[in-house]
Amino acid sequence: MTLIVRLKQFLDETGNVARFTGRFFSAGIKPRYESKELLNQCYNIGYLSFPLVGLTSFIMGLVLTMQLRPSLVDYGVESQLPVMVGLAIVREIGPVITALIFAGKIGSSIGAELGSMKVTEQIDAMTVSGIKPFKYLVATRVMATTLMLPLLTILGDGISLFGAYLGVNIRSVTSIDLFFLQVFKSLDFSDVLPAIIKTLFFGFAVGIVGCYKGFNSSKGTQGVGISANSAVVLSSVLIFIIDLLAVQITELLGLN
Amino acid sequence: METVKSEAVIVIKDLVKAFGDKIILDGFNLTVEKGSNVVILGKSGSGKSVLIKCIIGLLQPDSGSIHVFNGNIPEMNEDELDQARSKIGFLFQSNALYDSMTIRENLEFPLLRHWVDIEKDEVDRLVNGALEDVDLLHTLDMMPSELSGGMLKRVALARTMILRPEVILYDEPTTGLDPVTSREIENLILKLQKKNHTSSIIISHDMNCVKNTADLVVLLLEGKCYAEGTYAELEQSADQNIKQFFE
Ligand SMILES: Nc1ncnc2c1ncn2[C@@H]1O[C@H](COP(=O)(O)OP(=O)(O)OP(=O)(O)O)[C@@H](O)[C@H]1O
Ligand SMILES: [Mg+2]
Repeated sequence: MTLIVRLKQFLDETGNVARFTGRFFSAGIKPRYESKELLNQCYNIGYLSFPLVGLTSFIMGLVLTMQLRPSLVDYGVESQLPVMVGLAIVREIGPVITALIFAGKIGSSIGAELGSMKVTEQIDAMTVSGIKPFKYLVATRVMATTLMLPLLTILGDGISLFGAYLGVNIRSVTSIDLFFLQVFKSLDFSDVLPAIIKTLFFGFAVGIVGCYKGFNSSKGTQGVGISANSAVVLSSVLIFIIDLLAVQITELLGLN
Repeated sequence: METVKSEAVIVIKDLVKAFGDKIILDGFNLTVEKGSNVVILGKSGSGKSVLIKCIIGLLQPDSGSIHVFNGNIPEMNEDELDQARSKIGFLFQSNALYDSMTIRENLEFPLLRHWVDIEKDEVDRLVNGALEDVDLLHTLDMMPSELSGGMLKRVALARTMILRPEVILYDEPTTGLDPVTSREIENLILKLQKKNHTSSIIISHDMNCVKNTADLVVLLLEGKCYAEGTYAELEQSADQNIKQFFE
Protein backbone atom coordinates (compact mmCIF):
# COMPACT_ATOMS: atom_id res chain seq x y z
CA MET A 1 0.00 0.00 0.00
CA THR A 2 2.64 2.51 1.04
CA LEU A 3 4.43 1.79 -2.19
CA ILE A 4 1.37 2.84 -4.16
CA VAL A 5 1.01 5.95 -2.02
CA ARG A 6 4.68 6.75 -2.58
CA LEU A 7 4.31 6.23 -6.31
CA LYS A 8 1.27 8.49 -6.39
CA GLN A 9 3.15 11.18 -4.46
CA PHE A 10 6.05 10.88 -6.85
CA LEU A 11 3.81 11.22 -9.90
CA ASP A 12 1.96 14.16 -8.34
CA GLU A 13 5.25 15.87 -7.63
CA THR A 14 6.49 15.21 -11.16
CA GLY A 15 3.28 16.68 -12.56
CA ASN A 16 3.61 19.75 -10.35
CA VAL A 17 7.21 20.37 -11.34
CA ALA A 18 6.20 19.98 -14.99
CA ARG A 19 3.38 22.48 -14.53
CA PHE A 20 5.77 24.86 -12.78
CA THR A 21 8.16 24.52 -15.71
CA GLY A 22 5.32 25.16 -18.13
CA ARG A 23 4.48 28.29 -16.20
CA PHE A 24 8.07 29.44 -16.57
CA PHE A 25 7.81 29.20 -20.33
CA SER A 26 4.35 30.73 -20.58
CA ALA A 27 4.57 33.55 -18.05
CA GLY A 28 8.17 33.82 -16.95
CA ILE A 29 9.89 34.73 -20.15
CA LYS A 30 7.39 37.20 -21.55
CA PRO A 31 8.27 40.89 -21.37
CA ARG A 32 8.59 43.06 -19.45
CA TYR A 33 11.85 41.67 -18.21
CA GLU A 34 13.25 42.19 -14.77
CA SER A 35 16.67 42.86 -16.24
CA LYS A 36 18.13 44.58 -13.17
CA GLU A 37 17.13 41.68 -10.95
CA LEU A 38 18.44 39.22 -13.55
CA LEU A 39 21.88 40.87 -13.44
CA ASN A 40 21.77 40.85 -9.68
CA GLN A 41 20.99 37.14 -9.67
CA CYS A 42 23.71 36.38 -12.23
CA TYR A 43 26.14 38.07 -9.87
CA ASN A 44 24.88 36.14 -6.83
CA ILE A 45 24.54 32.82 -8.57
CA GLY A 46 27.45 32.93 -10.97
CA TYR A 47 30.17 35.23 -9.72
CA LEU A 48 29.86 34.34 -6.07
CA SER A 49 30.00 30.60 -6.85
CA PHE A 50 33.22 30.93 -8.77
CA PRO A 51 35.68 30.53 -5.86
CA LEU A 52 34.04 27.30 -4.73
CA VAL A 53 33.83 25.88 -8.25
CA GLY A 54 37.43 26.93 -8.90
CA LEU A 55 38.75 25.25 -5.78
CA THR A 56 36.91 21.96 -6.27
CA SER A 57 37.78 21.85 -9.97
CA PHE A 58 41.45 22.39 -9.24
CA ILE A 59 41.60 19.61 -6.66
CA MET A 60 39.63 17.29 -8.89
CA GLY A 61 41.98 17.76 -11.85
CA LEU A 62 45.01 17.21 -9.67
CA VAL A 63 43.67 14.12 -7.90
CA LEU A 64 42.28 12.56 -11.05
CA THR A 65 45.70 12.80 -12.69
CA MET A 66 47.50 11.31 -9.71
CA GLN A 67 45.03 8.44 -9.56
CA LEU A 68 45.17 7.67 -13.27
CA ARG A 69 48.96 7.63 -13.61
CA PRO A 70 49.70 4.19 -12.06
CA SER A 71 47.28 2.38 -14.39
CA LEU A 72 48.67 4.12 -17.43
CA VAL A 73 52.22 3.34 -16.31
CA ASP A 74 51.23 -0.34 -16.01
CA TYR A 75 50.08 -0.31 -19.61
CA GLY A 76 53.09 1.64 -20.68
CA VAL A 77 51.08 4.56 -22.01
CA GLU A 78 52.04 7.20 -19.48
CA SER A 79 52.50 9.68 -22.28
CA GLN A 80 48.75 9.52 -22.88
CA LEU A 81 48.03 10.91 -19.41
CA PRO A 82 47.16 14.46 -20.54
CA VAL A 83 44.82 13.11 -23.23
CA MET A 84 42.99 10.76 -20.87
CA VAL A 85 42.59 13.36 -18.16
CA GLY A 86 41.58 16.05 -20.61
CA LEU A 87 38.85 13.93 -22.14
CA ALA A 88 37.53 12.78 -18.79
CA ILE A 89 37.38 16.32 -17.43
CA VAL A 90 35.87 18.04 -20.44
CA ARG A 91 33.36 15.40 -21.39
CA GLU A 92 32.02 14.20 -18.09
CA ILE A 93 33.65 14.97 -14.79
CA GLY A 94 33.91 18.73 -15.20
CA PRO A 95 30.25 19.33 -16.12
CA VAL A 96 28.83 16.86 -13.62
CA ILE A 97 30.98 17.80 -10.62
CA THR A 98 30.48 21.51 -11.27
CA ALA A 99 26.73 20.96 -11.57
CA LEU A 100 26.60 18.97 -8.33
CA ILE A 101 28.58 21.61 -6.44
CA PHE A 102 26.27 24.21 -7.99
CA ALA A 103 23.18 22.25 -6.95
CA GLY A 104 24.51 22.05 -3.40
CA LYS A 105 25.33 25.73 -3.14
CA ILE A 106 22.71 27.42 -5.32
CA GLY A 107 19.85 24.92 -5.23
CA SER A 108 19.74 25.01 -1.46
CA SER A 109 20.09 28.76 -1.22
CA ILE A 110 17.29 29.38 -3.73
CA GLY A 111 15.09 26.83 -1.95
CA ALA A 112 15.75 28.40 1.44
CA GLU A 113 15.47 32.00 0.27
CA LEU A 114 12.20 31.60 -1.60
CA GLY A 115 10.93 29.26 1.11
CA SER A 116 11.44 31.84 3.82
CA MET A 117 9.98 34.56 1.62
CA LYS A 118 6.96 32.33 1.18
CA VAL A 119 6.41 31.59 4.87
CA THR A 120 6.95 35.22 5.93
CA GLU A 121 4.38 36.27 3.30
CA GLN A 122 6.89 38.36 1.34
CA ILE A 123 5.76 36.64 -1.84
CA ASP A 124 2.15 37.56 -1.05
CA ALA A 125 3.29 41.10 -0.35
CA MET A 126 4.77 41.27 -3.85
CA THR A 127 1.57 39.99 -5.40
CA VAL A 128 -0.41 42.63 -3.55
CA SER A 129 1.94 45.40 -4.72
CA GLY A 130 1.42 44.47 -8.35
CA ILE A 131 4.75 42.69 -8.74
CA LYS A 132 4.58 39.32 -10.43
CA PRO A 133 6.56 37.11 -8.05
CA PHE A 134 6.85 34.42 -10.66
CA LYS A 135 8.55 36.80 -13.01
CA TYR A 136 10.54 38.72 -10.46
CA LEU A 137 11.74 35.81 -8.32
CA VAL A 138 11.48 32.63 -10.37
CA ALA A 139 12.17 33.67 -13.96
CA THR A 140 15.24 35.70 -13.03
CA ARG A 141 16.74 32.92 -10.92
CA VAL A 142 16.07 30.18 -13.47
CA MET A 143 17.55 32.27 -16.28
CA ALA A 144 20.56 33.07 -14.13
CA THR A 145 21.24 29.43 -13.22
CA THR A 146 20.79 28.38 -16.86
CA LEU A 147 23.23 31.00 -18.11
CA MET A 148 25.77 30.83 -15.31
CA LEU A 149 26.34 27.09 -14.97
CA PRO A 150 27.80 26.70 -18.49
CA LEU A 151 30.14 29.63 -17.82
CA LEU A 152 31.20 28.18 -14.49
CA THR A 153 31.74 24.81 -16.14
CA ILE A 154 34.00 26.27 -18.82
CA LEU A 155 36.04 28.14 -16.22
CA GLY A 156 36.05 25.08 -13.97
CA ASP A 157 37.27 22.86 -16.81
CA GLY A 158 40.14 25.26 -17.43
CA ILE A 159 41.14 25.25 -13.78
CA SER A 160 40.80 21.45 -13.62
CA LEU A 161 43.13 21.10 -16.58
CA PHE A 162 45.61 23.36 -14.84
CA GLY A 163 45.34 21.09 -11.78
CA ALA A 164 45.93 18.12 -14.06
CA TYR A 165 49.01 19.82 -15.50
CA LEU A 166 50.44 20.17 -12.00
CA GLY A 167 49.53 16.54 -11.36
CA VAL A 168 51.47 15.41 -14.41
CA ASN A 169 54.46 17.44 -13.25
CA ILE A 170 54.71 15.73 -9.89
CA ARG A 171 56.41 12.72 -11.44
CA SER A 172 57.58 13.89 -14.82
CA VAL A 173 58.30 17.22 -16.41
CA THR A 174 56.11 18.65 -19.15
CA SER A 175 55.90 22.24 -20.23
CA ILE A 176 52.50 23.86 -19.87
CA ASP A 177 52.46 24.56 -23.61
CA LEU A 178 53.04 20.95 -24.47
CA PHE A 179 50.46 19.74 -21.97
CA PHE A 180 47.70 21.93 -23.30
CA LEU A 181 48.71 21.26 -26.89
CA GLN A 182 48.32 17.53 -26.25
CA VAL A 183 44.96 18.03 -24.53
CA PHE A 184 43.48 20.28 -27.19
CA LYS A 185 44.71 18.12 -30.03
CA SER A 186 42.82 15.18 -28.59
CA LEU A 187 39.65 17.20 -28.01
CA ASP A 188 37.09 17.44 -30.74
CA PHE A 189 34.29 19.90 -31.24
CA SER A 190 31.98 16.96 -30.58
CA ASP A 191 33.58 16.46 -27.18
CA VAL A 192 33.16 20.03 -26.06
CA LEU A 193 29.82 21.15 -27.44
CA PRO A 194 27.51 18.42 -26.09
CA ALA A 195 29.21 18.72 -22.71
CA ILE A 196 28.50 22.45 -22.57
CA ILE A 197 24.96 22.09 -23.90
CA LYS A 198 24.06 19.61 -21.22
CA THR A 199 25.16 22.07 -18.53
CA LEU A 200 22.47 24.43 -19.80
CA PHE A 201 19.95 21.77 -18.83
CA PHE A 202 21.69 21.06 -15.54
CA GLY A 203 21.51 24.76 -14.71
CA PHE A 204 17.87 24.95 -15.71
CA ALA A 205 17.04 21.93 -13.53
CA VAL A 206 18.80 23.42 -10.49
CA GLY A 207 16.95 26.71 -10.92
CA ILE A 208 13.51 25.26 -11.53
CA VAL A 209 13.73 22.73 -8.71
CA GLY A 210 15.07 25.27 -6.20
CA CYS A 211 12.32 27.75 -7.07
CA TYR A 212 9.62 25.09 -7.09
CA LYS A 213 10.60 23.80 -3.67
CA GLY A 214 10.85 27.29 -2.24
CA PHE A 215 7.56 28.45 -3.73
CA ASN A 216 5.78 25.43 -2.31
CA SER A 217 7.40 25.57 1.09
CA SER A 218 5.15 24.72 4.01
CA LYS A 219 4.82 26.97 7.02
CA GLY A 220 7.51 27.24 9.63
CA THR A 221 11.28 27.00 9.86
CA GLN A 222 11.11 23.28 9.35
CA GLY A 223 9.29 23.80 6.07
CA VAL A 224 12.09 26.09 4.86
CA GLY A 225 14.71 23.52 5.85
CA ILE A 226 12.87 20.79 4.01
CA SER A 227 12.60 22.97 0.92
CA ALA A 228 16.31 23.67 0.86
CA ASN A 229 17.22 20.08 1.47
CA SER A 230 14.84 18.51 -1.03
CA ALA A 231 15.86 21.08 -3.64
CA VAL A 232 19.44 19.79 -3.45
CA VAL A 233 18.44 16.14 -3.45
CA LEU A 234 16.01 16.40 -6.34
CA SER A 235 18.24 18.59 -8.51
CA SER A 236 21.25 16.30 -7.93
CA VAL A 237 19.24 13.28 -9.03
CA LEU A 238 17.95 15.22 -12.04
CA ILE A 239 21.51 16.10 -13.01
CA PHE A 240 22.36 12.41 -13.29
CA ILE A 241 19.16 11.65 -15.19
CA ILE A 242 19.83 14.46 -17.65
CA ASP A 243 23.41 13.24 -17.97
CA LEU A 244 22.14 9.78 -18.83
CA LEU A 245 19.74 11.17 -21.43
CA ALA A 246 22.45 13.41 -22.86
CA VAL A 247 24.83 10.54 -23.46
CA GLN A 248 22.09 8.60 -25.25
CA ILE A 249 21.23 11.56 -27.43
CA THR A 250 24.81 12.32 -28.40
CA GLU A 251 25.23 8.67 -29.25
CA LEU A 252 22.11 8.67 -31.41
CA LEU A 253 23.36 11.78 -33.16
CA GLY A 254 26.64 10.05 -33.80
CA LEU A 255 28.63 12.61 -31.87
CA ASN A 256 30.37 10.12 -29.63
CA MET B 1 -29.12 40.92 -10.43
CA GLU B 2 -27.65 42.41 -7.30
CA THR B 3 -27.55 46.16 -7.00
CA VAL B 4 -24.48 47.64 -5.38
CA LYS B 5 -25.14 50.86 -3.53
CA SER B 6 -23.07 53.64 -4.98
CA GLU B 7 -21.52 54.64 -1.68
CA ALA B 8 -20.55 51.09 -0.73
CA VAL B 9 -16.92 50.38 -1.52
CA ILE B 10 -16.78 46.75 -0.44
CA VAL B 11 -19.78 44.44 -0.58
CA ILE B 12 -19.26 40.84 0.50
CA LYS B 13 -22.09 38.37 -0.04
CA ASP B 14 -22.38 34.78 1.22
CA LEU B 15 -18.64 34.24 1.30
CA VAL B 16 -17.60 30.62 1.88
CA LYS B 17 -14.02 29.46 2.28
CA ALA B 18 -12.83 26.08 3.49
CA PHE B 19 -9.42 24.45 3.71
CA GLY B 20 -10.03 20.77 3.07
CA ASP B 21 -13.04 19.93 5.20
CA LYS B 22 -12.32 22.71 7.68
CA ILE B 23 -14.86 25.44 6.96
CA ILE B 24 -13.43 28.81 7.90
CA LEU B 25 -15.92 31.26 6.39
CA ASP B 26 -19.48 30.05 6.12
CA GLY B 27 -21.74 32.57 4.43
CA PHE B 28 -20.14 35.80 5.57
CA ASN B 29 -21.76 39.13 4.62
CA LEU B 30 -20.36 42.63 5.02
CA THR B 31 -20.75 46.06 3.49
CA VAL B 32 -18.16 48.80 3.91
CA GLU B 33 -19.38 52.31 3.15
CA LYS B 34 -17.06 54.84 1.53
CA GLY B 35 -14.96 56.70 4.07
CA SER B 36 -15.75 54.44 7.00
CA ASN B 37 -13.60 52.25 9.22
CA VAL B 38 -14.97 48.79 9.89
CA VAL B 39 -13.31 46.81 12.65
CA ILE B 40 -13.51 43.04 12.61
CA LEU B 41 -13.39 41.29 15.95
CA GLY B 42 -12.97 37.58 16.33
CA LYS B 43 -11.09 34.96 18.26
CA SER B 44 -7.70 33.80 17.14
CA GLY B 45 -8.14 31.34 14.30
CA SER B 46 -11.67 32.49 13.50
CA GLY B 47 -10.67 33.40 9.95
CA LYS B 48 -10.14 37.17 10.05
CA SER B 49 -6.89 37.04 8.10
CA VAL B 50 -8.41 34.57 5.67
CA LEU B 51 -11.29 36.99 5.09
CA ILE B 52 -9.13 39.95 4.10
CA LYS B 53 -6.87 37.74 1.99
CA CYS B 54 -9.98 36.77 0.04
CA ILE B 55 -10.76 40.47 -0.39
CA ILE B 56 -7.35 41.23 -1.91
CA GLY B 57 -7.47 38.09 -4.04
CA LEU B 58 -4.64 36.20 -2.35
CA LEU B 59 -7.07 33.40 -1.53
CA GLN B 60 -9.80 32.20 -3.82
CA PRO B 61 -13.10 31.69 -1.95
CA ASP B 62 -15.19 28.59 -2.61
CA SER B 63 -18.32 30.60 -3.27
CA GLY B 64 -19.85 34.02 -2.73
CA SER B 65 -18.98 37.42 -4.14
CA ILE B 66 -16.65 40.23 -3.07
CA HIS B 67 -17.36 43.46 -4.88
CA VAL B 68 -14.69 46.10 -4.48
CA PHE B 69 -15.25 49.27 -6.55
CA ASN B 70 -18.02 47.33 -8.31
CA GLY B 71 -15.83 44.53 -9.67
CA ASN B 72 -16.13 41.02 -8.30
CA ILE B 73 -12.67 40.04 -7.03
CA PRO B 74 -12.97 36.22 -7.30
CA GLU B 75 -13.95 36.51 -10.96
CA MET B 76 -11.22 38.90 -12.02
CA ASN B 77 -8.31 37.96 -14.26
CA GLU B 78 -4.72 38.92 -13.43
CA ASP B 79 -4.80 42.34 -15.07
CA GLU B 80 -8.11 43.33 -13.53
CA LEU B 81 -6.84 42.16 -10.16
CA ASP B 82 -3.68 44.25 -10.53
CA GLN B 83 -5.83 47.21 -11.41
CA ALA B 84 -8.02 46.73 -8.34
CA ARG B 85 -5.06 46.03 -6.08
CA SER B 86 -3.41 49.28 -7.04
CA LYS B 87 -6.22 50.99 -5.15
CA ILE B 88 -6.14 48.66 -2.14
CA GLY B 89 -3.53 48.80 0.61
CA PHE B 90 -2.82 45.71 2.65
CA LEU B 91 -1.03 45.53 5.98
CA PHE B 92 0.15 41.99 6.68
CA GLN B 93 -0.18 40.61 10.19
CA SER B 94 3.42 39.44 9.88
CA ASN B 95 4.55 42.76 8.28
CA ALA B 96 6.04 40.88 5.31
CA LEU B 97 8.82 43.41 4.74
CA TYR B 98 11.36 42.31 2.13
CA ASP B 99 14.26 41.31 4.33
CA SER B 100 16.87 41.48 1.59
CA MET B 101 16.13 45.16 0.94
CA THR B 102 16.75 48.32 2.95
CA ILE B 103 13.81 50.21 4.40
CA ARG B 104 14.10 52.74 1.57
CA GLU B 105 13.99 50.01 -1.06
CA ASN B 106 11.05 48.37 0.69
CA LEU B 107 9.07 51.58 0.30
CA GLU B 108 10.31 52.40 -3.20
CA PHE B 109 9.53 48.97 -4.58
CA PRO B 110 5.72 49.28 -4.82
CA LEU B 111 6.03 52.93 -5.89
CA LEU B 112 8.28 52.19 -8.84
CA ARG B 113 6.07 49.31 -9.89
CA HIS B 114 2.77 51.12 -9.85
CA TRP B 115 3.93 54.45 -11.24
CA VAL B 116 6.45 53.50 -13.84
CA ASP B 117 7.53 56.98 -14.94
CA ILE B 118 7.62 58.58 -11.53
CA GLU B 119 10.48 61.09 -11.01
CA LYS B 120 13.34 60.27 -8.66
CA ASP B 121 12.67 63.42 -6.57
CA GLU B 122 9.04 62.51 -6.21
CA VAL B 123 9.96 58.99 -5.04
CA ASP B 124 12.32 60.42 -2.41
CA ARG B 125 9.71 62.90 -1.27
CA LEU B 126 7.04 60.22 -0.88
CA VAL B 127 9.37 57.77 0.87
CA ASN B 128 10.59 60.41 3.31
CA GLY B 129 7.06 61.61 3.91
CA ALA B 130 5.74 58.13 4.62
CA LEU B 131 8.56 57.39 7.05
CA GLU B 132 8.13 60.73 8.78
CA ASP B 133 4.47 59.87 9.35
CA VAL B 134 5.55 56.86 11.39
CA ASP B 135 8.53 58.66 12.98
CA LEU B 136 11.15 56.43 11.46
CA LEU B 137 12.99 58.65 9.01
CA HIS B 138 16.32 57.72 10.62
CA THR B 139 15.88 54.06 9.60
CA LEU B 140 15.89 54.90 5.89
CA ASP B 141 19.08 53.00 5.08
CA MET B 142 18.79 50.23 7.64
CA MET B 143 17.84 46.64 6.96
CA PRO B 144 14.61 45.21 8.40
CA SER B 145 16.66 42.83 10.59
CA GLU B 146 18.07 45.85 12.44
CA LEU B 147 14.66 47.10 13.59
CA SER B 148 12.48 46.08 16.51
CA GLY B 149 9.10 44.39 16.06
CA GLY B 150 7.15 47.59 16.66
CA MET B 151 9.36 49.55 14.28
CA LEU B 152 8.83 46.92 11.60
CA LYS B 153 5.09 47.20 12.03
CA ARG B 154 5.33 50.96 11.53
CA VAL B 155 7.51 50.57 8.43
CA ALA B 156 4.98 48.09 7.06
CA LEU B 157 2.27 50.66 7.71
CA ALA B 158 4.26 53.30 5.87
CA ARG B 159 4.68 50.92 2.94
CA THR B 160 0.94 50.24 2.90
CA MET B 161 0.04 53.90 2.95
CA ILE B 162 2.60 55.22 0.50
CA LEU B 163 0.48 54.46 -2.58
CA ARG B 164 -2.45 56.42 -1.09
CA PRO B 165 -4.89 53.56 -1.54
CA GLU B 166 -8.62 54.23 -1.48
CA VAL B 167 -9.21 51.12 0.57
CA ILE B 168 -6.88 49.81 3.27
CA LEU B 169 -7.07 46.40 4.89
CA TYR B 170 -5.19 46.41 8.19
CA ASP B 171 -4.38 43.07 9.80
CA GLU B 172 -3.74 43.92 13.45
CA PRO B 173 -2.07 47.31 13.03
CA THR B 174 -1.37 47.91 16.73
CA THR B 175 -0.56 44.42 18.01
CA GLY B 176 2.81 44.36 19.71
CA LEU B 177 3.10 48.12 20.03
CA ASP B 178 3.33 50.15 23.24
CA PRO B 179 0.25 52.26 24.11
CA VAL B 180 1.89 55.51 22.98
CA THR B 181 2.83 54.19 19.56
CA SER B 182 -0.54 52.47 19.27
CA ARG B 183 -2.21 55.83 19.79
CA GLU B 184 -0.02 57.35 17.06
CA ILE B 185 -0.96 54.57 14.66
CA GLU B 186 -4.64 55.04 15.45
CA ASN B 187 -4.29 58.74 14.79
CA LEU B 188 -2.55 58.00 11.53
CA ILE B 189 -5.39 55.73 10.45
CA LEU B 190 -7.91 58.42 11.34
CA LYS B 191 -5.88 61.11 9.61
CA LEU B 192 -5.77 59.11 6.39
CA GLN B 193 -9.45 58.40 6.65
CA LYS B 194 -10.19 62.10 6.89
CA LYS B 195 -7.63 63.38 4.44
CA ASN B 196 -7.99 60.84 1.63
CA HIS B 197 -11.46 59.64 2.45
CA THR B 198 -10.06 56.14 2.80
CA SER B 199 -12.32 53.22 3.59
CA SER B 200 -10.77 50.58 5.82
CA ILE B 201 -11.22 47.19 7.30
CA ILE B 202 -9.24 46.89 10.51
CA ILE B 203 -8.65 43.59 12.26
CA SER B 204 -7.83 44.18 15.88
CA HIS B 205 -7.85 42.68 19.34
CA ASP B 206 -6.80 45.95 20.89
CA MET B 207 -10.04 47.35 22.33
CA ASN B 208 -8.58 50.84 22.65
CA CYS B 209 -7.80 50.79 18.95
CA VAL B 210 -11.27 49.46 18.21
CA LYS B 211 -12.90 52.14 20.30
CA ASN B 212 -10.89 54.95 18.72
CA THR B 213 -11.05 53.95 15.08
CA ALA B 214 -14.25 52.01 14.47
CA ASP B 215 -17.30 53.48 12.76
CA LEU B 216 -18.71 49.98 12.65
CA VAL B 217 -17.71 46.87 14.61
CA VAL B 218 -18.35 43.40 13.22
CA LEU B 219 -17.97 40.20 15.18
CA LEU B 220 -16.83 37.21 13.16
CA LEU B 221 -17.96 33.97 14.79
CA GLU B 222 -18.16 30.50 13.29
CA GLY B 223 -17.58 31.87 9.83
CA LYS B 224 -20.49 34.28 9.93
CA CYS B 225 -21.09 37.89 10.78
CA TYR B 226 -22.44 37.27 14.26
CA ALA B 227 -23.09 40.86 15.29
CA GLU B 228 -22.70 44.29 13.80
CA GLY B 229 -22.99 47.75 15.36
CA THR B 230 -21.12 50.73 16.70
CA TYR B 231 -18.65 50.25 19.54
CA ALA B 232 -21.14 51.72 21.99
CA GLU B 233 -23.92 49.43 20.82
CA LEU B 234 -21.90 46.25 21.09
CA GLU B 235 -20.43 47.32 24.42
CA GLN B 236 -23.96 47.40 25.86
CA SER B 237 -24.84 43.96 24.56
CA ALA B 238 -25.81 41.27 27.03
CA ASP B 239 -24.86 38.47 24.63
CA GLN B 240 -22.06 36.43 26.18
CA ASN B 241 -20.27 35.96 22.84
CA ILE B 242 -20.05 39.71 22.38
CA LYS B 243 -19.47 40.64 26.00
CA GLN B 244 -16.29 38.64 26.33
CA PHE B 245 -14.49 40.98 23.94
CA PHE B 246 -15.34 44.05 25.96
CA GLU B 247 -14.39 42.77 29.39
N1 LIG C 1 -3.31 28.52 3.74
C1 LIG C 1 -4.00 27.84 4.68
N2 LIG C 1 -4.14 26.51 4.58
C2 LIG C 1 -4.84 25.81 5.50
N3 LIG C 1 -5.43 26.35 6.57
C3 LIG C 1 -5.33 27.69 6.73
C4 LIG C 1 -4.61 28.51 5.79
N4 LIG C 1 -4.66 29.79 6.20
C5 LIG C 1 -5.39 29.78 7.34
N5 LIG C 1 -5.79 28.53 7.66
C6 LIG C 1 -6.63 28.15 8.80
O1 LIG C 1 -7.73 29.02 8.84
C7 LIG C 1 -8.06 29.37 10.16
C8 LIG C 1 -8.20 30.84 10.29
O2 LIG C 1 -6.93 31.44 10.12
P1 LIG C 1 -6.71 33.01 10.19
O3 LIG C 1 -5.28 33.25 9.95
O4 LIG C 1 -7.68 33.70 9.32
O5 LIG C 1 -7.06 33.32 11.70
P2 LIG C 1 -7.20 34.74 12.39
O6 LIG C 1 -8.63 34.95 12.70
O7 LIG C 1 -6.54 35.76 11.56
O8 LIG C 1 -6.41 34.49 13.73
P3 LIG C 1 -5.33 35.44 14.48
O9 LIG C 1 -6.11 36.42 15.27
O10 LIG C 1 -4.60 34.49 15.34
O11 LIG C 1 -4.49 36.04 13.44
C9 LIG C 1 -6.99 28.77 11.04
O12 LIG C 1 -7.54 27.63 11.68
C10 LIG C 1 -5.91 28.35 10.11
O13 LIG C 1 -5.32 27.16 10.56
MG1 LIG D 1 -4.79 36.75 11.61
